[in-house]
Amino acid sequence: MSTTTTRTVPGPAPAEPAKARPRRGLRGSRTVAFWLFAAPFLIGLTVFVYVPIGWSLYLSFFEARFTVTPSDFVGLDNYRQILSDTHFTGSLVTFTVFAAFIVPTTWALSLGLALLVNRLRFMRAFYRSVFFLPTACSYVAASLVWKMSLFNGVRFGLANTVLGLFGVDNIAWLANPDPPWYWLVIITARLWLQSGFYMILFLAALQNIPQELYEAAAIDGAKRGWQTFRYITLPQLRATSTAVVLLLLVAAYQAFDEFFNLLSKTTWGRPPLVELYYTALGQDQNYGKGSAGAVVLTVLICVVTLFQGRIMGFGRGEESK
Amino acid sequence: MTTTAPETGKRARRGGVMSSAGLYLATSVAALLFLVPFYLIVRNALSTDPEITGENWKFFPVDIQWGNLTEPFDDPTVDFGRSMWNSLVVGVLHTAGTLFVCSLAGYALARIPYRHADKVFYAVLVTLMVPAAVTFVPSFVLVSSLGWVDSYRGLIVPGLFSGFTCFLFRQYFLGFPRELEEAARVDGLGYWGAYWRVVVPNSLNFFAAIATITFINGWNAFLWPLVIGQDPSAWTVQVALSSYMTNQTVNYHLIFMATAISILPLLFVFLFLQRWLVQGIAQTGIKG
Repeated sequence: MSTTTTRTVPGPAPAEPAKARPRRGLRGSRTVAFWLFAAPFLIGLTVFVYVPIGWSLYLSFFEARFTVTPSDFVGLDNYRQILSDTHFTGSLVTFTVFAAFIVPTTWALSLGLALLVNRLRFMRAFYRSVFFLPTACSYVAASLVWKMSLFNGVRFGLANTVLGLFGVDNIAWLANPDPPWYWLVIITARLWLQSGFYMILFLAALQNIPQELYEAAAIDGAKRGWQTFRYITLPQLRATSTAVVLLLLVAAYQAFDEFFNLLSKTTWGRPPLVELYYTALGQDQNYGKGSAGAVVLTVLICVVTLFQGRIMGFGRGEESK
Repeated sequence: MTTTAPETGKRARRGGVMSSAGLYLATSVAALLFLVPFYLIVRNALSTDPEITGENWKFFPVDIQWGNLTEPFDDPTVDFGRSMWNSLVVGVLHTAGTLFVCSLAGYALARIPYRHADKVFYAVLVTLMVPAAVTFVPSFVLVSSLGWVDSYRGLIVPGLFSGFTCFLFRQYFLGFPRELEEAARVDGLGYWGAYWRVVVPNSLNFFAAIATITFINGWNAFLWPLVIGQDPSAWTVQVALSSYMTNQTVNYHLIFMATAISILPLLFVFLFLQRWLVQGIAQTGIKG
């Protein structure tokens, strides 16, 4: 099984005929080793990532209902349909509203928790675990708790029970889009689920801030608390903050589980992936239109990630040799 | 991360007892709020339905209904036991498979000199821009034409080739000490032998971290199992839980017991592997 360095394997090295034999052998065996290691992954990546994307690009130009091998070329019709579909454009609006709420609140809560936990002297591991624990829950489990117990629209839901103590009438949290209380349910569920994860990122970053900065600030007369936070902690966390915001954005873009489960029988509050699910896999099985939607969403997310790459310098800098 | 940094000690001393008490009070209130959903799960799972839906809020059931423990498994409408088994099989194979293919490729990209390695690397990087969830329609089209709907293959295989995991392994192996590999080379091992006998045994912490994260994601995945599991026999536990929410009749104690049971395996993972998990997230969540 060992690929020794003396074996000569006819590697693809046509451009260098003058190279000495041992050198070519070395390179050839390395080529074999490279493909031995990388082939399973690269074959899978091609079949299960590149082929589907290419196929959906193809399907998006065809009339394809209930079939994945269509013959009816319709040009850009599917794109025209999906972009003028008010459900689809509405889902993009839903995503925007969702992101506008969830990104800043998760950012603030996870940073706040990290600041709290970072200052603890005793039982730090305990509190960190408590805040981190919801990461073990699935979005489905959380949706179930939120829908059936915490924000149950009848009187025995916990939220309505607590409100009842103050004489407030029962609120139909999810069953009524006006006023849109369902946003509160959705936002709190996701906040609970993901804040602990981002808290860990902030904690790691907080512990990387050099202590001398705070000491120097104290000598300069900076007040502990808001001033050091505003002028030392926050700027030092800039890289992490940016990354967290972009990770949150991409995560919000892919939101599906809690919307699907919390609002299963409603027509409101559908983000892009839920809308796409009903378009492509609902009654119609309209793969053509669904594929066009997937392409549109893919392009949008690529724009976001490229933007992210700009900011974070992703994939630049250190290269493999 | 586990030991108290000197800075916090100093600051807390200066802050005095009052601010320290306030700090613990605030943290404790937040912690209690975070535990409320877990409390609801346990309370409802061990109550009777009349207790859950009763007029007054019962803080905890007087008679703890341990008999509820087996109820999800005897439920004729949803085969919960089957869905747990499916999740376990999918979770374990998904984790093992992902680790295997992604670590090998990550190692090749980091450590085996090859003229076109950078092109291969870019082909992997490009896929990072497109999250798998966004392309579930085309993936479903492919998997259904392979005839893999309602099968373990369909649930597991398409998810194995994570560009992100491969990227993480590459970054990790770039920092792996060369001396260890060179020692293995001197002992006459090729790349393959050195990888399994030297590189992997010396990277178990990192593998454990990635394995934990991968398993949690696999266990909690919903969209793809929902798309693939059209027949109830192929449901994972998340799809089964989801089906409880749309059923005509609602057995509150039963569905909360099912929820509790579905979370248990991950709580074990958390209790025993938290060290690696936290390390892994801190290392890989973002670089730099």
